[in-house]
Amino acid sequence: MNVPAAWYLIVAAVLFGVGAFGLLTRRSALIMFMCIELMLNAVNLTFVTFSRTLGDIAGQASVFFVMVVAAAEVTVGLGIVVAVFRRRSSTSVDELSELKG
Amino acid sequence: MIAVTYGVASVLVFVTSTLLILVGAVGVITVKNPVHAALCLIMTLFGVAVAFVAQSADFLAAVQIIVYAGAVVVLFLFVIMFLGVDRNMNVSAEPLMGQRGFAAAGVAITVGGLIALMASSHWVTGATSVTGKLATGQANVKQLGTAVFTTYLFAFEATAALLIIAVVGAVLLARRERATTKEEVTT
Repeated sequence: MNVPAAWYLIVAAVLFGVGAFGLLTRRSALIMFMCIELMLNAVNLTFVTFSRTLGDIAGQASVFFVMVVAAAEVTVGLGIVVAVFRRRSSTSVDELSELKG
Repeated sequence: MIAVTYGVASVLVFVTSTLLILVGAVGVITVKNPVHAALCLIMTLFGVAVAFVAQSADFLAAVQIIVYAGAVVVLFLFVIMFLGVDRNMNVSAEPLMGQRGFAAAGVAITVGGLIALMASSHWVTGATSVTGKLATGQANVKQLGTAVFTTYLFAFEATAALLIIAVVGAVLLARRERATTKEEVTT
């Protein structure tokens, strides 16, 4: 018999919290993207856990689409980081204080 | 006691995946070197993959390893080394006063609220299998494929468009601008 769903849900909640804390406190754009990945993974874990608990395939299908969107997001995000680095020679988000390129 | 109730194997798998997930996650937000942070991220992703296997989401666990650990983290490492930012950063710098305290308080309230909501609500008694009943065991992969290509076909096609747009956008963003301005001058 598998462990209760609540155990996995609590792990996912804590993982989301760690990711959110890192996103709020770290200043490097690269580390912030990694923290967003942590939060997305926490949500994926929640989806899979509820998929098992409720016996429904929709949760797993949702995780599939979240993964695709995460991959696209990382591609564009790192492109932006590279473009910003060319101008500012830094990946710190504190450098980005104006809209002018 | 707990191991007797749920079986030694499943408790052991849960503990392993939890340790991998949480140690990796704390590593990502505390280490100074971005390369080490990316390696800690791989650890977390493997832990999540273990949790997926334990909950019979085999296909997603494979995709997790291939796409996340294989492609996304390699992309991170590539950008870190391409930009040459693989040196230690100052993690103790605090641009806003009391930022860490406020962030910790906000996160504690959010996570505490989630866990309190989980403990006090009766979510397990909700309607089960509204869109498709989950098969147990190996038929899961086949079932996920059927769901993605029938029920969620429109969303699946939309992701294809999204990926194309993302690739084109990334190429456009990362391209050197000098080439275009020169071209405009000559024409």
